[in-house]
Amino acid sequence: MLSFMPQAKATRAGKVYGAPGDGYSGHISIITALVLIGLWFLVTESGWVKPLFLPSPVAVYHKFMVALTDGVANSTLWEHTRASLTRVFGAFFLACLTAIPIGIWMGVSRVARGLFDPIIEFYRPLPPLAYLPLVIIWLGIGEFPKIFLIYLAIFAPMAIAARAGVKSVSIEQIHAAYAMGGTQGQIIRHVILKAALPEIFTGMRIGIGVGWTTLVAAEMIAADRGLGFMVLNSAQFLDSAAVIMGIIVIGVFAFAFDLLVRYLERLLIPWKGKI
Amino acid sequence: MTAPMERLKIDKVSLTYPGLHSSEAVIALKGVDLTIESGEFVVALGASGCGKTTLLNLLAGFMSPTEGEITLGGKRIRGPGADRGVVFQKHALLPWLNVIDNTEFGLRLQHVPKAERHERAARNLALVGLQDFHRHMIYHLSGGMQQRVGVARALTCDPAMLLMDEPMAALDALTRESIQELLLKVWEHTHKMFFFITHSVEEALFLGSRLIVMSPRPGRITHMYDLDFNRRFLKEGNARAIKSSPDFIQMRETVLGIIYGDELAAAGTQEVVHA
Repeated sequence: MLSFMPQAKATRAGKVYGAPGDGYSGHISIITALVLIGLWFLVTESGWVKPLFLPSPVAVYHKFMVALTDGVANSTLWEHTRASLTRVFGAFFLACLTAIPIGIWMGVSRVARGLFDPIIEFYRPLPPLAYLPLVIIWLGIGEFPKIFLIYLAIFAPMAIAARAGVKSVSIEQIHAAYAMGGTQGQIIRHVILKAALPEIFTGMRIGIGVGWTTLVAAEMIAADRGLGFMVLNSAQFLDSAAVIMGIIVIGVFAFAFDLLVRYLERLLIPWKGKI
Repeated sequence: MTAPMERLKIDKVSLTYPGLHSSEAVIALKGVDLTIESGEFVVALGASGCGKTTLLNLLAGFMSPTEGEITLGGKRIRGPGADRGVVFQKHALLPWLNVIDNTEFGLRLQHVPKAERHERAARNLALVGLQDFHRHMIYHLSGGMQQRVGVARALTCDPAMLLMDEPMAALDALTRESIQELLLKVWEHTHKMFFFITHSVEEALFLGSRLIVMSPRPGRITHMYDLDFNRRFLKEGNARAIKSSPDFIQMRETVLGIIYGDELAAAGTQEVVHA
């Protein structure tokens, strides 16, 4: 009699009630991407939006081919990309070499924490554009200040992540190692550093992402090459197809590197989230 | 091997946790005297707050007493060391290492050659029945197996004494019983001093060759019993029959009476405080 009333859905045989949001979502993401590209075609082909504001996918693709062969903003796309990759990865590797050890050091030493905490916490919330003029005044307009600006932006999140990682080791793990004759140095190297790895990797992912966001700011410093420079330069000539093409190229590289780090994460820290 | 002269002596040990003001200082242990002979299985039992974990931390060397001293084989305990293995309530194993590498870890810290440490770890894993699980990852094991790895790991350093802080508190009843029996066999086989904390009266009576009952406010030893249920089990092998025998049940009621007395007294003082 009450069969028309809405009822809780019965479980299908073999179905398990999990946490909300469980399961694979990749195919939905692909559909989202396809729908967005379809809409892009629709609004440009139909003439609803002027090409100055949103050029058609075909125009962007055409610009991409031109950039590959003849070049845009005085260099080919490959030259722009190489310049930007060198800057972002140069800064990233410098940050890995310095921020991770300093973050670990801050986690295990009261003195180091007191020393670095005010510096990092003071400059971390500042937008790179705010201290960009200072970097130019101090370091000039060569290649190094560009790398240094990106490096500064990457350094803070990576050091903070490494420091937080140190806290993920349990006191029992440290006590157990001491009770097996471990020295403080061995415990830092064999227990704390390993326990911090998952957070260090998260810091690396956040760091490289911040690096790409800072790229355009860095290439405002008298650059004559680079993906950020290419976008800025094209914008001055109202070449929106080149602007969008540049944005997509940066996005593709940033996304590809993130996938790589995620893959390395699964390979190197299979215990993440399991204990 | 452990020298027969090894003996642990706790001499008038007190420990006071300093509070913010002198009136807030907590006396965790007061005037504890206890001698553990080589090969004894001592179980500490008591209501929460009686200082049993504090006592274990003092024996392990994770803390130093504010008064009195503890000696092992005539040498004063000044910090954690490989002569006292510790098994924790939560396993405290290293998730990035597999079972055999976790078991070898202490010897690795002591720079023991690979072949020797592998041989010793394998021997102790066989002792706890995990000879077929060398290459398994820690997070693929059940809670009971993880604790067995913890016991094997502590034994592999060949300590004079094994300290266990409620190692079975997080296990289900069936696993708990089987690990109790395993632990007695390990004890018989190794002839080491065992110091075991529990809040289960039945577990304490079954395992210990000596039972110390502790009382809170201030933490101290109030009763001591010599037991032989563990030897009976090792001879006859029927745990259920021993645990349901009249003298076991009578002993259990006596000890429960003491502990309930403490709990009631504690509840009484709390009522006075709230009134």
